[in-house]
Amino acid sequence: MSGSLALEGSGEDWRLSLRGDWSARALAQIERQLGALRPDLAGNLVCDWTGTEAPGIGPTWALLARLARSEPGRLNVRHVGAPPHLEFLQQLLAGRIAPAAAERAPVSVEQPLERVGRWTVLQGEETRAAVGFLGRIVAVIGAAFARPRALRLKSVVRHVHETGIKAIPIVALIAFLISVIVAYLGAQQLQRFGADIFVVDLVAIAVLREMGVLLTAIIVAGRSGSAFAAEIGVMQINEETDALRAMGMNPIELLVVPRVIALVVALPLLTIIADAMGLAGGGLLSHLQLNIPWSQFTSRLHEAIAPTTFWAGLIKAPVFALLIGMVGTYRGLQVRESARELGRLTTVAVVQSIFLVILADALFAVLYVRLDF
Amino acid sequence: MTGADTPPVVRVRGLVNRFGRQIVHDGLDLDVRSGEIFGIVGGSGSGKSVLLRTILGLKRPDAGVVELYGKNVDATTRSERAALVQRFGVTFQNGALISSLTVAENIQLPLREYRSLSEESLAALADLCLAMVGLGADAAAKFPAQLSGGMVKRAALARALALEPKLLFLDEPTAGLDPISAAAFDQLLLYLHSQLGLTVVMITHDLDTLFRTCGRIGVIVDGRMVVDTLDGMMRNPHPWIRAYFHGPRARAAEQEAHG
Repeated sequence: MSGSLALEGSGEDWRLSLRGDWSARALAQIERQLGALRPDLAGNLVCDWTGTEAPGIGPTWALLARLARSEPGRLNVRHVGAPPHLEFLQQLLAGRIAPAAAERAPVSVEQPLERVGRWTVLQGEETRAAVGFLGRIVAVIGAAFARPRALRLKSVVRHVHETGIKAIPIVALIAFLISVIVAYLGAQQLQRFGADIFVVDLVAIAVLREMGVLLTAIIVAGRSGSAFAAEIGVMQINEETDALRAMGMNPIELLVVPRVIALVVALPLLTIIADAMGLAGGGLLSHLQLNIPWSQFTSRLHEAIAPTTFWAGLIKAPVFALLIGMVGTYRGLQVRESARELGRLTTVAVVQSIFLVILADALFAVLYVRLDF
Repeated sequence: MTGADTPPVVRVRGLVNRFGRQIVHDGLDLDVRSGEIFGIVGGSGSGKSVLLRTILGLKRPDAGVVELYGKNVDATTRSERAALVQRFGVTFQNGALISSLTVAENIQLPLREYRSLSEESLAALADLCLAMVGLGADAAAKFPAQLSGGMVKRAALARALALEPKLLFLDEPTAGLDPISAAAFDQLLLYLHSQLGLTVVMITHDLDTLFRTCGRIGVIVDGRMVVDTLDGMMRNPHPWIRAYFHGPRARAAEQEAHG
């Protein structure tokens, strides 16, 4: 039997008979019936609980709250056969002021303006903090000249292993596949002009100048930038960084600098691997698709690339590494208290470091054109 | 409500738990009767939390049977399990409130899962649960990170009470609280216990809580459980139990409770 209620009577005398299942599971149904109760109830009301089975707390609370609403001193309620927790709930209700409905601030013209202002100030503060962060890293590295122990070589080695060596398979695979794709698309176009051999130029320049380093940086940003933010973020939540500070150690020196240095070491090495794999992919495709033998591929390669081509790509790697490492660790240190913050800032770390890498790449491109590099 | 004649709410027989070579529980038996407050104590690493996790069905025992309300927790179908979890509430040691949800949303989480209610009644129930544990309505919109330690424990209790269970499991409910907050929590527990007719199973190292609230106490020693009333425990000759209940802290707590 499901829970129900029936109101009978008239004028000043009412009787509310409660019947059936009034346990917590029947709450939804009871709520509905309470909502349908006439709102202008006044006078004397007898609430008869004797027909109910195992009345629960939720439904009892709902009934009391409903009666309290139509009762600005005009309704006298007497309970018959009430459950033992009724008195307890009545006490709770008496001491409880209904939570006020959330007030909505009026919308005005100033609001969007104010938001823009706040955002601008926030961006300014962020920029200043980021520059400050860079300064603190430089300070630690500067101090390390006097005290080499501050560089934490062991930690650096561990992070080179984590961010560099363990990333070799994925970086190699992706560089190989992407250059196969580029070579394939290039071959399709160039074949129409009988300029097949220029596929070698296309692959060599694209891989060495741009794609090798850029792809590697993006993979590393997704792999290690997020890991940096998450690792340091969890340490922030567990108050580990506070513990380090309290023991007189510098979290920048212990956590940030080893990671950044490791990335600055690892990313160029990964880039070299990506370059090699990219050229191998281009060579393989030329061989299979265009019947260009290896010997011809390599001799063309020598003609296609200037001595600077390789370096034009590789020089960018440490800069990208610095950006990725700094953004990841900086966002990690910004985590405060909650798991939601951790997720948000890890996402921010990855998105921002990829953005900054691409921005820096664009600046390099402009610079190279100016320098004719 | 309290009585030895009714079937036990929690029944554990011959429980064995091991991790590799290390045997944590070695034929542990336990009966918790309806309506009592049962305290579980034991040294660090004696397997209190493992026992709790096994009873809750979060860990499968290596041998033995765990029954809640006469139902084997390891041999339930999906729907039986869903019905069973609605009959008990749990608070974990650090509250385990979901940090991305407000306190009110945390309380409403099981309600949304198991009941179909309107937003208004969800809000009203969250308010009721907060009122029951003595938190103000202003706590509802806060995130767990914004609460003090004592408030987290209370909010966790409010969430455990949301589905109106008759059985509560509390893992170190007063750990990390100052003595005044801990005493207030004990009062709250006793109050809810008497008002709502709850059965409470509590892991605690807080001797004050133990002396003030628990009717019977189970001590895990040598992988088994020794169950007795507090007075019985005081007379128990086992060296660990003697050390536990006759240490300087225990004496002070006892004087406090009985003096």
